[in-house]
Amino acid sequence: MSRQMNILIVGGGKPVYFLTRDFSSKGHRVTIVNHDREECRRLTRKLPATVVHGEGSDPGVLKEAGASAADVVLAVTPHDETNLVICQLAELSYKVPRTLALVNDPEHETVFQKLGVTTAFSITQILVAMIEQRVSYREIVSMLPVGEGKVNLTEVVLDSGAPAAGKTLMEIGLPEDCLVAVILRDDRPLIPRGATMLKQQDRLVLMTLPENHREAIRLLTGTTG
Amino acid sequence: MKDPKSKLAVIIGCGRLGSYIANSLSPAGHDVVVVDNREEAFEALSSEFSGFSIEGDATEFDVLKQAHTDRADFFVSATASDDVNLMAAQIAKKVFGVARAIARIHNTEKHSLCRDMGIETVNPTKLVGDIVIRSLQVFDET
Repeated sequence: MSRQMNILIVGGGKPVYFLTRDFSSKGHRVTIVNHDREECRRLTRKLPATVVHGEGSDPGVLKEAGASAADVVLAVTPHDETNLVICQLAELSYKVPRTLALVNDPEHETVFQKLGVTTAFSITQILVAMIEQRVSYREIVSMLPVGEGKVNLTEVVLDSGAPAAGKTLMEIGLPEDCLVAVILRDDRPLIPRGATMLKQQDRLVLMTLPENHREAIRLLTGTTG
Repeated sequence: MKDPKSKLAVIIGCGRLGSYIANSLSPAGHDVVVVDNREEAFEALSSEFSGFSIEGDATEFDVLKQAHTDRADFFVSATASDDVNLMAAQIAKKVFGVARAIARIHNTEKHSLCRDMGIETVNPTKLVGDIVIRSLQVFDET
């Protein structure tokens, strides 16, 4: 994961600022396209990124921002249609291998993927998934739907009351088609086997299917639906 | 009885272009649905217009569904925004399977993207400009 990438971000506001700060600190090269001249000035002053002023869905602006050398394009403007066109231009005209679009309308997640966007994500969908699976935010650190939501990757923290703490994976009896991929104990990764004993404060990276997700979370954390 | 030649046209944007198309197709016997997110835009529809108008944002998938895009024979997206037109026309074509989807596009640099996505385009500025140039005979026609 440490390979340096050229990341092109189109959008504005705090998310773009923090995304860029994070990517830059990890050694990636970031270019930002923003349509507000004043915001461009501010971003240039605060961040070690190239900032291009213009409309992201304008092919000429994308070209100027070096789209043809980008490894990934992230379109996070507030407009679904603009994010779609940015990703399609990046993919078709500049052969960018990976494109990500933020969408407001959750139905656009699948629609955009049909139209060639690598990944479309909606904050609504992510929050709905978190709430409908009725697991407390405290224990679920992050959740990532993979393969159009067919698989979930979840990071779970074992609290003091977690029934799985003090048991081996075998004893817990997780449902089939569910896997504890890695345990982070004192910030060190541990690849578990059936005889591995879980402890309080372990962070588990859990792979589940939507149908067994709740059961797996219940067995590990005791959180019920 | 319905005329079997009658077609269903879904038109996005009831501005000058959208309302002109709607006002022409509806009296000719076609079913027309016009979508615009400003209610007052429908004031541009003539008294002979007998189709449906839907107040809604065409960038919302559900609004395209409500407009019966799945049954449309033609889809014309004629809002002031290239990106809205491009997205709506693509969804009509690729998701709802509309035979002909036409987008009004101002930025000529976006035309190749439209072609790649199977969308027909009209560029009013270019159309009018070409006519003017021809009438002035600035360039020889070949």
